[in-house]
Amino acid sequence: MADYEIPETREFPIIPSIMEGAMAHSTPFVAGEEFQSDMGFPFTEETGQLIDGWKERFLELMQEKLSKYRSLQVFMDICVKCGACTDKCHYFIGTADPKNMPVARQDLLRQVYRRYFTFAGKHFPKLVGAIDLTEDVIKDMYSYYHQCSECRRCAVFCPFGIDTAEVTMAARDMLAQIGMGQKYSNQIIPKVHKIGNNLGLPEPALVDTLEGLEEEVEDDIEVKVRFPLDEKGAEILLVTPSADFFAEPHIDGLIGYGKVFHAAGVTWTLSSKASEAANFGLFIGSYEHMREISLRIRDAAKDLGVKRIIFGECGHAWRVAYNHLNTLAGPWDFLDQNYPIPQHILEFTKDCLDRNILNIDKSENDHMTLTFHDSCNIARASRIGDTPGSQFTTPREVIKAVCNNYHDMSLDTIHDQTFCCGGGGGLLTDDLMELRIKGAQPRMEALKNVSKDHGVTHMAAICAICKSQFTKVLPYYGMTMDQIVSVHQLVSNAIILEGQGEEAEDSDEAA
Amino acid sequence: MSALSILYVILFYVAMITLVAGITNKILQYKRVPAPLKIAVTPAPLTKTGVVYRFFTEVVLFNSLFRATKWTWIFSFLFHASLLLAFFRHLRYVISPDSFIWPLVNNMVVQSFGHYAGFAMVVGLLGLLARRIFVDRVRYISSLSDYLMLVLILGIAGSGLAIVYVAHTDIVQLKQFIMGLFLFDWQNLPADPVLLAHLTMVLLLAFIFPISKLLHAPGLFMSPTRYQIDNPREQRHLSPWGAEMEAKDGRNA
Repeated sequence: MADYEIPETREFPIIPSIMEGAMAHSTPFVAGEEFQSDMGFPFTEETGQLIDGWKERFLELMQEKLSKYRSLQVFMDICVKCGACTDKCHYFIGTADPKNMPVARQDLLRQVYRRYFTFAGKHFPKLVGAIDLTEDVIKDMYSYYHQCSECRRCAVFCPFGIDTAEVTMAARDMLAQIGMGQKYSNQIIPKVHKIGNNLGLPEPALVDTLEGLEEEVEDDIEVKVRFPLDEKGAEILLVTPSADFFAEPHIDGLIGYGKVFHAAGVTWTLSSKASEAANFGLFIGSYEHMREISLRIRDAAKDLGVKRIIFGECGHAWRVAYNHLNTLAGPWDFLDQNYPIPQHILEFTKDCLDRNILNIDKSENDHMTLTFHDSCNIARASRIGDTPGSQFTTPREVIKAVCNNYHDMSLDTIHDQTFCCGGGGGLLTDDLMELRIKGAQPRMEALKNVSKDHGVTHMAAICAICKSQFTKVLPYYGMTMDQIVSVHQLVSNAIILEGQGEEAEDSDEAA
Repeated sequence: MSALSILYVILFYVAMITLVAGITNKILQYKRVPAPLKIAVTPAPLTKTGVVYRFFTEVVLFNSLFRATKWTWIFSFLFHASLLLAFFRHLRYVISPDSFIWPLVNNMVVQSFGHYAGFAMVVGLLGLLARRIFVDRVRYISSLSDYLMLVLILGIAGSGLAIVYVAHTDIVQLKQFIMGLFLFDWQNLPADPVLLAHLTMVLLLAFIFPISKLLHAPGLFMSPTRYQIDNPREQRHLSPWGAEMEAKDGRNA
């Protein structure tokens, strides 16, 4: 573990006094020629340089964004600087840098908007805090728009619903188009376009992995649970984050989905073409890339002739799937209209539990006391069920149906007030490790407190990024990486499939 | 008619035209710009009625602000509620006693609450100003205009109270002046300095409304995170430019 200053965790949260410039040094690697050109973005000879005529281009792009996105146009105008959001961002709480206050982050763009697009800013810049667009301003934007995980916690508290994520997305896209794309995201997206998933796992590797998984499960429970790939005529297409294929604890979740499908007696398949639920097009604010990535799923569903689409555990993927899949890759008139399109794996599992078709032994999870981390995109940008707020109740009901011991974290850190894991929104990269550790502080604090007060040993999550991020940062806060688990890992532990031997159950517990 | 009165007649008309045209222009701009994606902050309502209820809790009760910070909520609520009461009280200056609304305006309740509201407004504004000055986070995000806006409205409230309690004006003459504006039958304005200060600041507020953060009033209703219905799976949402993109490559067919 590298050496970072770890923020304190306390019994009660404290809002820090501001420390100007505390995180000014935090900047992710800029995408070089290779990744910029793969993405269709311009590049310069030296990475990190701005393109010729960058200023005019930036303002031109801004004009375009303002005329294409109502959210941006309205949000630029209506902020009254009331301060309601100032203490709501996990990155501000963890770093004390005032530019990590949501309103200050928006202001990086708003001050330019005012200078070039408003009467007051054109004629009285000093009065309204409008400033000229300079290279320093661009550097500031690049730094601080990559200290936002687009989690929208600020938008919950804003009296006008101003959503900093919308501003961050617009800014990132404009930055990329003047030569300042972020390496991490711009490296990943072309892999999805070309190979099908963020990790760049080609079809043969996928086949191999899934065969291995089938063997592993069979060794474990003596039941042949299938993990099919590209099977035409299957009823369900499962689209899941590629981390589910190999990372811990993600893969235990994938095993869980397979067991639930097995027990429910449905036919399903993964697709090598759409072997990724994640959609980083959202993070970089590119409608075009987000659409392109979504259309893979449409093509895969058509090729395979499936009737339903189900998404695995992934936060922003579910945001895009739930809110945008219909917009970007619809209409879905060729799928079975009796089911939600798309459906979340938890909706499927919850339905199976409600219909009582799963054989559950809750005591299999007795060695753990669970809590649940609401992932930001699921909490504040989706539903998992029919009613508003079902995104909070469905996962908890499923956990409680398969576990005996459960406690929620403090009320102001869950549901729509949940804190981001600190690694979302395209920041899950090693060059932002300090930010990720500091941004995890509010969640770590709440987890420590519920552990102390209620003996919680494990935290369940339904997001691939959350799981990866916690695996990495838990040790920095004196906890262990295996304290983060997948919700379907808990289901997998508790579910008893037909033909599963007693012995097998024991070995399962020992593992 | 005095030169002063002529000046104020002109100022009033120009201010009202600026206010109405400016706000209309902004609302039309917001309406013109499409919202290409569903971005409702959830839990969000599933129906139009639900959206109306959501706005009721936001506009009348300041629900989100209440969840965010109790102090700002108290001062802000006090200010806005007082503004509403003061508005009702002022209606007596623009409504003829022959009108059927007159009894609704010219009664003890509206008039005395309107008076108290003047003081409550000052308390609310001073609270908001103090927060802006003393809380380091709010100070950091404040521009000069953010302070001046509060000072301006404090000036309006203060001069209004002064007219009531300290420097009375010829209220009959004032009403004739105002009614004259509506009827295009222009009358003299009482030349009392406090009244003139009060009116000048109100006119200034009207002028800057469409070019300032006061746009939060109409803009609040145009915020996609709040007005959108949470039904993206049930109903396909597509912007005109999104549809154009589809038509061009045909990949959604």
